[in-house]
Amino acid sequence: MADRQYELVYILPPDTTEQQVAELHEQVGQIVTRLNGTIEKNENWGRRRLAYEIGHHKEGVYVLDVINGSGELMKELDRRLKVMDMVIRHMVVRVDEEKKVVDRTQTKRRTDLERRRVKRGLPPQRQPGEGRSHMESDDDDDRFDGAEV
Amino acid sequence: MPFGQGRSGGGGGRGRDKDKKAGDKKDGQRRPMFRRRKVCKFCADKIDDINYKDVKLLGPFVPERGKVLPRRISGTCAMHQRKLQVAIKRARQIALIPYVTD
Repeated sequence: MADRQYELVYILPPDTTEQQVAELHEQVGQIVTRLNGTIEKNENWGRRRLAYEIGHHKEGVYVLDVINGSGELMKELDRRLKVMDMVIRHMVVRVDEEKKVVDRTQTKRRTDLERRRVKRGLPPQRQPGEGRSHMESDDDDDRFDGAEV
Repeated sequence: MPFGQGRSGGGGGRGRDKDKKAGDKKDGQRRPMFRRRKVCKFCADKIDDINYKDVKLLGPFVPERGKVLPRRISGTCAMHQRKLQVAIKRARQIALIPYVTD
């Protein structure tokens, strides 16, 4: 069966050093490779304010991993992260199916647009300087005005 | 006697009709205070992916109290509200968006 794709986000205390972050990433990587998965992407968002306190912490270091692997792998990873004291919060989300849907709608939208343009006798891609230029300002967004609760 | 009652009843009925008509007219006059038609932000801007990591996108749909902004106010379509709701709940789990703020 094809691998599934998951996103793993975990939060570390704000006083963790770069080295500790790297160490933890190494540990995660070991578990992933042991269970025949691959890490596709690793992102460090750095220190961020938490929206609410978690265990007396007001800030945290966010790390995101995009992992290709099986469900068993993520189960194991989830279990291991739960045990680790250093991780104050973590979350695993499966993303491959949603990604597929998004890709499909985007390609459909693009091909539809091209088909319509060809029907009108235009080249399939929008030419530079064609049509009205979009107003980039977002200030006149009064969609929520006059709304009564 | 019964005959008379019947007539008066009919008159009352006609009277009601008149009232209703007047009411309609009043409503018609009130119309000009139009309400701007709400459109789904995600349909309008063609945002396909409502991601939990995008706090900037979710922000306007989580008012001060921390609740999810209802559809009747934001005008979001049902499909996108559903996706939005999932994204907000995920963002809450990893403390990007508060559960409640007092």
